[in-house]
Amino acid sequence: MDAVAVFGEPRKRRGEQVIKGLLFLAALLSVLTTAGIVFSLLEETISFFGDVSVTEFLGGTEWYPLFAEPTFGVVPLVTGTLLVSGVALLVAVPIGLGAAVYLAEYASPRVRRTVKPVLELLAGVPTIVFGYFALLFFTPEVLKPLFGEPLQGFNALSAGAIMGFMIVPTIASVSEDAMSAVPTSLREGAYGLGSTKLQVSTRVVFPAALSGIVASFVLGASRAIGETMIVLIAAGLQPNFTADPRKSVETMTTFIAATAKGDAAVGSTAYKAIFAVGTLLFVLTFVMNMISIRFVRKYRQVYE
Amino acid sequence: MSAIAAPIPAADRRDRWRGGVFRGVLLSCIVVSAAMLVTLLIDIALDGAGALSFNFLTNSPSFRPDVAGIWPALMGTLWLMAIVTLFVVPVGVAAAIYLEEYADPTRWWNRLIEVNIQNLAAVPSIVYGILGLAFIVRGPLSLGPVVMAGALTLGLLVLPVVIIASREAIRAVPPSIREGSLALGATQWQTIWKQVLPSAIPGIATGIILALSRAIGETAPLIVIGAASFVAFAPSGPDSIFTAVPLQMYEWISRPQEEFHQLAAAGILVLMTVLILMNSVAMWLRNKYESKW
Repeated sequence: MDAVAVFGEPRKRRGEQVIKGLLFLAALLSVLTTAGIVFSLLEETISFFGDVSVTEFLGGTEWYPLFAEPTFGVVPLVTGTLLVSGVALLVAVPIGLGAAVYLAEYASPRVRRTVKPVLELLAGVPTIVFGYFALLFFTPEVLKPLFGEPLQGFNALSAGAIMGFMIVPTIASVSEDAMSAVPTSLREGAYGLGSTKLQVSTRVVFPAALSGIVASFVLGASRAIGETMIVLIAAGLQPNFTADPRKSVETMTTFIAATAKGDAAVGSTAYKAIFAVGTLLFVLTFVMNMISIRFVRKYRQVYE
Repeated sequence: MSAIAAPIPAADRRDRWRGGVFRGVLLSCIVVSAAMLVTLLIDIALDGAGALSFNFLTNSPSFRPDVAGIWPALMGTLWLMAIVTLFVVPVGVAAAIYLEEYADPTRWWNRLIEVNIQNLAAVPSIVYGILGLAFIVRGPLSLGPVVMAGALTLGLLVLPVVIIASREAIRAVPPSIREGSLALGATQWQTIWKQVLPSAIPGIATGIILALSRAIGETAPLIVIGAASFVAFAPSGPDSIFTAVPLQMYEWISRPQEEFHQLAAAGILVLMTVLILMNSVAMWLRNKYESKW
């Protein structure tokens, strides 16, 4: 007699399959979320482009959706976004990268244990707190004495600079992961040839981790473009078509927040513009996130 | 003369000097970030300490700054966090279990779910606000700008954080634990429920705390879904209109009078205290259970 005959056929466990199905549904919710985002954006966006032509939207340099004769040229919002994000990256890229190289190559385990929580705390500060700090401390106490009168009370510079600090932990942690993934043998090889620590960090580890470092920059830029509260509080809401960071600007995100909070009537073109600008924002950040995910995967494939 | 005492060649000295400067520059990046954080905390403490009192916590907002408080906002935030927790813990952990324990990564739909979660983690929070407005407040669910709508919006926003952290915690449980359990005749689910999950709980808990600490400070999505910024009463249930602490802070920062800015700073102090406590618990959990295997 064989085992199956003694113990009977193994019981089919239908419960196991039901559980697997439920778990799959939970994972599927994330896909439904994306579908929900796309659906909620597209419905009103399509309706928006019934009122406003695509060329006016993408090519126009005047954005006054609430005027009696409204104009819907999104260019000032895009340049405002790029201006604030550009300032943020000028702050975040060098500081974040420097912190990452220090943590990955120089810091002792003890230093790392004290520094990482500081960066995590910085990453955990709510953006409204950064906004308060930018508007009520950084602009009047630091920037005003430096720039004087041409600096407006609400300006892109203050919002961008403080946003830069918000992004430092993102760039630092993603870059550090990439540098830590570089095999020790590469470093040892370089040391064996007589390299200094400086040379190993900049000429061996940095190029070897480059795809991950680029991913961190792209992710940081994506976060800068999508940030709302710091800009809403500290950069004002004037849709200036300008490259001067001392001026007030409106960004894609702040337009959405201010208009949704304000009284654009549901169904009006200004209300639909929330969704059109939201679509542009979603597409931009989606492309950047995909690039960043691709780059991270690249170094993982090489070294892990 | 022995080699050790030989004078250091000029090239070597230059290398050392450069190495020292480079190290100093790197260190200054960390010092600048830390200094900025400390300045921020001190500035807010100085601005807000004067307005902070027991009455500030228990009073309702008012047009008179001397009697204004954050009680309705505090209760609103508590309601939001309670519902967000009830929503994201089971769904997030279940999704993580599926992806780590069941999903075959060569199947296209599993890869789609995976990339999709990575992307969702980086979608701007204001876009979740648009989703909440079009799908939850209006549209299919039509709940109106109530506690439940805010909590679902914030829940969807932090769900990727919970999933990603839980997956890491589950992945860190060594395969030998599963193999031992399966070899003793346990089914796959029994193995997960009785062996894998208990071992992964500290890591999962850390992820949940971090997700909640993100949700607690989110303002933009609540603005977009139309949460009220002036509410005089604490919410009575999930179907009640509400405000939240960061939203109340925004309302006060937007006013020109300095007295309201001090109230905002006091509210931020309350928020930051809660956040630092949550972060400390997460860190304690992580250190306590680190490298158990």
